[in-house]
Amino acid sequence: MKTPEDVLREARELRWQLPQNLHDRIAESIYGEAARIAGRSITRQEGSSRLAWQQKLDHLLTNPWTAFPIMAGVLGVILWLTIVGANLPSAILSKLLVDDGHALLSGWFAAAGSPAWLRGLVVDGMYLSTAWVVSVMLPPMAIFFPCFTLLEDFGFLPRVAFNLDRIFQKVGAHGKQALTMAMGLGCNAAGVVATRIIDSPRERLIAILTNNFSLCNGRWPTQILMASVFIGTLAPNGWGSSIAAFSVLIVALLGFGFAMLTSWLLARTVLRGEATSFSLELPPYRPPDFWKTLYTSLIDRTLIVLWRAVVFALPAGAAIWLSAHVPVGDQSLAAWFVHATDPFAWSMGLTGVILLAYIIAIPANEIVVPTILMLTVLITGATSGHGAGVLFETDNATVRAILTAGGWTTLTAVCLMLFSLCHNPCSTTLYTIYRETRSLKWTAVSALLPLLMGCALCATVAAVWRALTST
Amino acid sequence: MNHADLHEPGAACVTCPSRFSQLRKLGLRITDSDHVIALAGNPNTGKTTVFNALTGLRMHTGNWPGKTISRAEGGFSYDGKRYKLVDLPGTYSLLSASPDEEVARTFLLFGQPDVTVIVADATCMERNLNLILQVLQITRRAVVCLNLMDEARAHAIEIDVRNLARDLGVPVVPCAARAGTGIPELIREITMMAARTDALAPRRLPLEVPGLRLALDRVEADLQDAFPHLPQPRWVALRLLEGDRDIMDAVLSGDIGALADPLALPRETIPRSLS
Repeated sequence: MKTPEDVLREARELRWQLPQNLHDRIAESIYGEAARIAGRSITRQEGSSRLAWQQKLDHLLTNPWTAFPIMAGVLGVILWLTIVGANLPSAILSKLLVDDGHALLSGWFAAAGSPAWLRGLVVDGMYLSTAWVVSVMLPPMAIFFPCFTLLEDFGFLPRVAFNLDRIFQKVGAHGKQALTMAMGLGCNAAGVVATRIIDSPRERLIAILTNNFSLCNGRWPTQILMASVFIGTLAPNGWGSSIAAFSVLIVALLGFGFAMLTSWLLARTVLRGEATSFSLELPPYRPPDFWKTLYTSLIDRTLIVLWRAVVFALPAGAAIWLSAHVPVGDQSLAAWFVHATDPFAWSMGLTGVILLAYIIAIPANEIVVPTILMLTVLITGATSGHGAGVLFETDNATVRAILTAGGWTTLTAVCLMLFSLCHNPCSTTLYTIYRETRSLKWTAVSALLPLLMGCALCATVAAVWRALTST
Repeated sequence: MNHADLHEPGAACVTCPSRFSQLRKLGLRITDSDHVIALAGNPNTGKTTVFNALTGLRMHTGNWPGKTISRAEGGFSYDGKRYKLVDLPGTYSLLSASPDEEVARTFLLFGQPDVTVIVADATCMERNLNLILQVLQITRRAVVCLNLMDEARAHAIEIDVRNLARDLGVPVVPCAARAGTGIPELIREITMMAARTDALAPRRLPLEVPGLRLALDRVEADLQDAFPHLPQPRWVALRLLEGDRDIMDAVLSGDIGALADPLALPRETIPRSLS
């Protein structure tokens, strides 16, 4: 019976008798055989028209002078479509789920003679937050994801990676990080898993740590709502949606800038090293199968992500309601926290409500906006239609009225957009990062680094803004 | 004893319980299926599209290499038999191993699927043939799915399918998986190949390297002595002669005889030196 050591010794001895370039010789003989077989069975005619237009398109999409405007333009158009297209369905959904649904459910509970606290917890807390998540998230996602998937199927992503490669090379990161960041635009946890396509551990770690700077689907609705409600309304009539889309695009591009900056810092300090070269196939353009893509991204991606948001919104709704109703001393737990953190939040252009919302929303970014709105209503006691402490109408004007009553200004909206871009990843992403790196240290870094950057960024913006507007 | 005869599992081996334990170790639930089919191929040849067409599932596809990172599983039934289908990440070769390619390599070598469907991009066959030839070195229980035939036609590429099948020694099925063309023929070839019980010797490349054949025979014999149940000993022997670090470590630690689930293992983690 031979031992593993025997086998290795035998192999080592035999290796001396074989040619030095054994690996190359084997690869060569495989390539040679492949070429022979291909030559016997495959004929290729020159000058197909398909090839010609693909080459033209490639020239346009990979030439630096045209590629960057086209890439930014495509993202801008998708955002614009999302903002314009989501308005009406969002309004219909919120009328159905929030307005009618809440009244109906509330009536049932009253008819069944349930105690007030139970009705508050289930209907005003859990149901309302879930209904909010659905009406805020579903329409934009149902437009954004299919658009993005169509581009992916067409073959756009590898070109983006190709164009951005030079930038990644400069900051000391891997060019395939562009692909993982694009995946992060859907979900950061998926983006972190996608970093497996990067071979070098150093560059893979950089890609993992910076994936959070890609806005995920939980954060797009926050960006879109803030942009529509506060920034779009500053624009002259008819330009609101375009300005809102443009401001979201700016935030998304800023995210890319931060990812590059952070990669550069990491590559210069703790993760020092040269960028490795790699080869990436530019696949031929393939016409996407429109209906199949639409169906797949609607059913799988949108509904699964929405389901996750709903699962997190239910307990969060209960937590919000409880925090606003459990008394600590002479005020509620939420009010106590909000008042205690308000001065600190003010220095970053935010409010205590936003900070509390981000703590409640650690499991899922999707529930940030509903949490903010519900907390604002519960704490300021603002009424909107039907009674104190319960939020009903959800059109942009009402949202604006509620938030303004909560002390919001355009600065608050801008800082919230920045903080939404730049804060700790959700708990799912953090767990994924831990699973992929098996390191508590790097998981902690990936949580704290963007959070500290976000605080510093918001504080700077708030200080500059206030200095400029006070004079 | 003639080692060439040992290379392909005979009828007794195919039904041997140890083989199933090997698949179970790779994380595959095989109790509910009669045959295991692997989908391999170069990146971005449409493996996932073929997978979806065969199983009726809707795994995400994308037109870029590397979309499928981990293994996806699905199944289909045909003629009263149940087939388990495993969609593997794309790989350019079995000779190198990046973390995502490793999943495919490990499964093909040690999972020993009943049939390996090699999905190839008909528009660039020269490159795809490299992997096809490497897979055929391991098993001839394979079917080549010549995908993207519609694209090839649009690019004015003509492929003599019968000639190609004769050269390779395995069935070649032209397909356009996105439109569903050729899928019934592919299913028929897969099921016919799965039903075969005769021994099919793997296709041997003319490895015109002096002394290689003899060295391979000796290391292979040693390996079979040390690890009697090791699938693909000849391929492992070749890797050892080439000095593949990963494979040498796996032999030394004995892991090669007891391969665990390549997805459950923290194989793709950041090395300690960085943390």
